[in-house]
Amino acid sequence: MRGSFRRVWGLMYRHLALYKGSWPRLLELAYWPILNMCIWGFTATFLTARLGDTAAVAGGALLGGMLLWEVTLRSQMGMSISFLEELWSRNLGHIFVSPLRPTELVAALIGMSVIRMLIGLVPAILLAWYFYAYNLFALGPILILFFANLMIMGWWVALGVVSLILRHGSGAEPLAWGVLFGLAPFSAVFYPVSVLPTVLQPIALALPAAHVFEGMRGILLDGVIHWDHLLAAIGLNAFWMAAAILLFARQFHQARIRGALLSIGE
Amino acid sequence: MEAIRVAQLTKRYGDVLAVDAIDFTAPVGATIGLLGGNGAGKTTTIAMLLGLLVPTSGSIVVLGHDMARDRFAALARMNFSSPYVSLPSRLTVAQNLRVYGHLYGVAGIDARIDELAAELDLVDFLHRPAGQLSAGQKTRVALAKALINRPELLLLDEPTASLDPDTGDMVRGWLERYRAASGCTIVLASHNMAEVERLCTDVLMLKKGRIVDRGSPNDLLTRYGRDDMEEVFLDIARDRRREPTP
Repeated sequence: MRGSFRRVWGLMYRHLALYKGSWPRLLELAYWPILNMCIWGFTATFLTARLGDTAAVAGGALLGGMLLWEVTLRSQMGMSISFLEELWSRNLGHIFVSPLRPTELVAALIGMSVIRMLIGLVPAILLAWYFYAYNLFALGPILILFFANLMIMGWWVALGVVSLILRHGSGAEPLAWGVLFGLAPFSAVFYPVSVLPTVLQPIALALPAAHVFEGMRGILLDGVIHWDHLLAAIGLNAFWMAAAILLFARQFHQARIRGALLSIGE
Repeated sequence: MEAIRVAQLTKRYGDVLAVDAIDFTAPVGATIGLLGGNGAGKTTTIAMLLGLLVPTSGSIVVLGHDMARDRFAALARMNFSSPYVSLPSRLTVAQNLRVYGHLYGVAGIDARIDELAAELDLVDFLHRPAGQLSAGQKTRVALAKALINRPELLLLDEPTASLDPDTGDMVRGWLERYRAASGCTIVLASHNMAEVERLCTDVLMLKKGRIVDRGSPNDLLTRYGRDDMEEVFLDIARDRRREPTP
């Protein structure tokens, strides 16, 4: 176990050393969450000034939605881009001939995802509190479950992206940035699932994020915790994570059969 | 005692037979040269020995571990260097070596890095980003990475490619000393025949995925009636093999 921990730490150290020597990289992590927070924060302020208390509640839901969606987005990008960093530096050959197990590779990518997400999101949450007196933590301890579910969704989406990169090489790279934007309309970040056309609602309900955001709005608008939505989010995350792990394991094995581990990215 | 036992090892990509039922063993402490033209199957064989590539059929046992079932136990005791696989260029040499020290579970990483830096003459650029080094310096760093875990089996893919003669000679000398001191087994793929002649105890001549001849450099020179391995290589590559001399 100690050996496994050291290998995971070794790969994380490789990425942390990269950030330690590069302030633009650190700045880039926080840039987009802060920018998004400013845009939605000023929009909410404007609506509140024009339309009053109802808009203030809606504005809170908008800001909360935006900040929580960033948890998924930054977790997914943190994991996918950490993998891509290995690919871009043509280092995967060395990593895959070391004793690092594929599960340890995934654990290290998850570790980096958490660190990158926190570096990106904590400044945005603090600035939302400073500029707009918006306290995300006012949602209460349930916020921990929201965070956890959204992070896990980011991880399984990222694992899917990594699997596609193993299968299709650098041609699948753009998915690391774009895939969650494609899922955003179905994730009910800013509106309830019921707003979607009936035919699209099953897609939304298959995503853990939609249940988390329904739960968030339940607290903000009605003061009620919808445990059914939370349980659905947990169950769906377990299902999708298991599917993503199976896909990754299969694609990793296929890459070893095709000889893609050395040539990937070229 | 054998460091490597390969039996009927085959790799097929669709219609292309990259490695065709090869058999060989490498005794502990030997330096085995894999020789052959481009596409002969050298890199494919090394990739299978490293577990990067799953064979179509056949078996590989490395340091007593079956690579199909227990490759991670073997990987912890071996290492690899190739000029075609890079180290992260923005990390310093020391940071790169520390990463691999952790991945290979090396005890006393800092002391080991200092030791390798002194032996391979890395001290002056230990804290410089790997991407800013010359080809010769990069090769020495790659070698340091390959030796970080004091491997019992070292796989080298063209270890002195693109090096000037002086640096190439230094690397070869270092490999000889390391093998003598550690008893390490080395598998070497190279196009440098002088290097093969100097380092290898046994040579496997590959052509179209098959082992077409084998023996020590001296045996091959005698058998082909040649003065250097380059001529032996050309004899095999151009199918102008002579009848073995009695």
